[in-house]
Amino acid sequence: MIKLSKDLFKYIISWLRVPIALISTQYSLMIEYRAEIILWAISGILPLIMLAIWKEATISERIGLSDDYLTRYFVSAFIVRQFTAVWVMVSFEEDNLEGRLSPYLLQPLMPFWRYFSSHIAEQISRIPIVLIMLLVLNASIPNILWIPSLKTLVIFCCALFSAFCVRFLLHWMFSMICFWSDRVSALERLLLIPYLFLSGLVAPLDTFPTPIRNFANLTPFPYILAFPSNILAEKKIDLISNFTSLFFWAILLFLLSYLFWKRGIRHYSGMGA
Amino acid sequence: MKTIAVDSLSKSYLVTEKKPGIRASLKHFVARKTSFIRAVDNISFNINEGEIVGFIGSNGAGKTTTLKMLCGLIYPSYGSVSVAGYIPKLREKSFLRKITLVMGQKQQLIWDLPPMDSLRVNAAVYGLTDREFSLRIDELASMLGLNTELSRPVRKLSLGQRMKAELLASLLHRPSVLFLDEPTLGLDINAQLRVREFLSAYNQKYGATILLTSHYMGDITSLCKRVLLIDKGKLFHDGSLSALTEQLSPCRFVQIELAEPVNDISLAKYGEIVHQEGQLVKLLIPRSELTSRITSILSNYQIKDLEVKDPPIEQLIGKLLALGSFND
Repeated sequence: MIKLSKDLFKYIISWLRVPIALISTQYSLMIEYRAEIILWAISGILPLIMLAIWKEATISERIGLSDDYLTRYFVSAFIVRQFTAVWVMVSFEEDNLEGRLSPYLLQPLMPFWRYFSSHIAEQISRIPIVLIMLLVLNASIPNILWIPSLKTLVIFCCALFSAFCVRFLLHWMFSMICFWSDRVSALERLLLIPYLFLSGLVAPLDTFPTPIRNFANLTPFPYILAFPSNILAEKKIDLISNFTSLFFWAILLFLLSYLFWKRGIRHYSGMGA
Repeated sequence: MKTIAVDSLSKSYLVTEKKPGIRASLKHFVARKTSFIRAVDNISFNINEGEIVGFIGSNGAGKTTTLKMLCGLIYPSYGSVSVAGYIPKLREKSFLRKITLVMGQKQQLIWDLPPMDSLRVNAAVYGLTDREFSLRIDELASMLGLNTELSRPVRKLSLGQRMKAELLASLLHRPSVLFLDEPTLGLDINAQLRVREFLSAYNQKYGATILLTSHYMGDITSLCKRVLLIDKGKLFHDGSLSALTEQLSPCRFVQIELAEPVNDISLAKYGEIVHQEGQLVKLLIPRSELTSRITSILSNYQIKDLEVKDPPIEQLIGKLLALGSFND
């Protein structure tokens, strides 16, 4: 029994060696770019700007949402946005054009994991910056922060990570277009529009007209931002249906990405290599 | 035993063409003119286990495209390739563990971190234990003459140090097939020598098969007994360097030191005089006539010293590459 558990431990450690090595190396790299990380973190304050606009407009009562909920929603959206930031389309395009993808393709590790770990590492390096930003916010607007229950925090973390995975897979799938057209960064800008308006970043989905809200719910965007934000804001929502939708999108995007990868890799020209 | 088997390999690319100027740009925006370029055209060769083969040709001849197909980076348009018993384009994990591609002008090391960080990732990816990792680092670093450089950010290293660290990273998993694309590009003479010595030692120690492209003929002459010469995608020569020399130069180089000065006209009948200074004469004599003409020179002149050799291969291939094409 002891031998079996030792073997299992060894197996787990050996399995974890690759993600640990990738994330720790990428984390070291992110620390080198600390100024850039601070600027990226600051650039994600759109939800806080939206909060100020909504508060100033004093329309919360007219649309049946409490002031308290709106505050919590936008602060939560700020946190969710910070930890679901994805830039894989830009990185993949650069690596493809400059030939950096070739060494990745020649190693027995799917390049997907390098980009995924680089995002995870960047998010880890953002944690202290986001905490400082929240403390500054609380100092500027007293009692704007609240302490969620442990259960809420655990569910929020699960939803946040799932949301990040779905957003990452969505962008990864579009990155595969690089194999055919070389450039995809313009597509990323295009993808930003539905993300901004359908995810609940500029306004909670409850404020949308019903047809638009129904349409939004057919896309992955509300599950990427509004769903985890509502959990942290402690709004009563249907967790099971929302998590089911998240997993549905994760599986669908994973399968489509895999298909595009298999097709696309045949078109890889090893440019710049 | 064949490690690399290439049969009727071809690769065509679709490329867009555009003339300079605004009008051409607008035309290009609306309707793109495309054409197929045949980068590699029906080439076949085999390489045995443990061989070091030089792959030479002018820029754009198809060397790098061939290497990319051999290591599975790009799909061939036609023909078959087998490397270490695998079909490269399938990029199976066990195949990727056996090969490496070193590109002189591209790097896998992370620019802002010390090479050791990238090496740790490679060790994890290839499943090396900590002990294997440190033993291999020690061994390869001492063969390459690397030490503290592995702990300095890559951007702070000289080109030679970077190239050596790249080699180390590429060979950490101890591949048995090495594809080297310009591994000494931009290096000074000493660094070039060190890299050549290292590759030779690695080949002897591990019996690795090496296919090497280089524009530095020193790399080829010092490492490769056999060369593949490619031009416009077609294989021009596959054989020994000496056979290539014979093919490229139908003459041999004869250097004579005469006992007393003579009129050069009298020597010209034996071959083309390429240099004459005092009693030293350098001649090019057709290979087929070499024995009879030297016998005749020896019987007609007083000779202090005589040397027969091939023209330097560097010169021959250099001329060929400068021309940019071969006449079959």
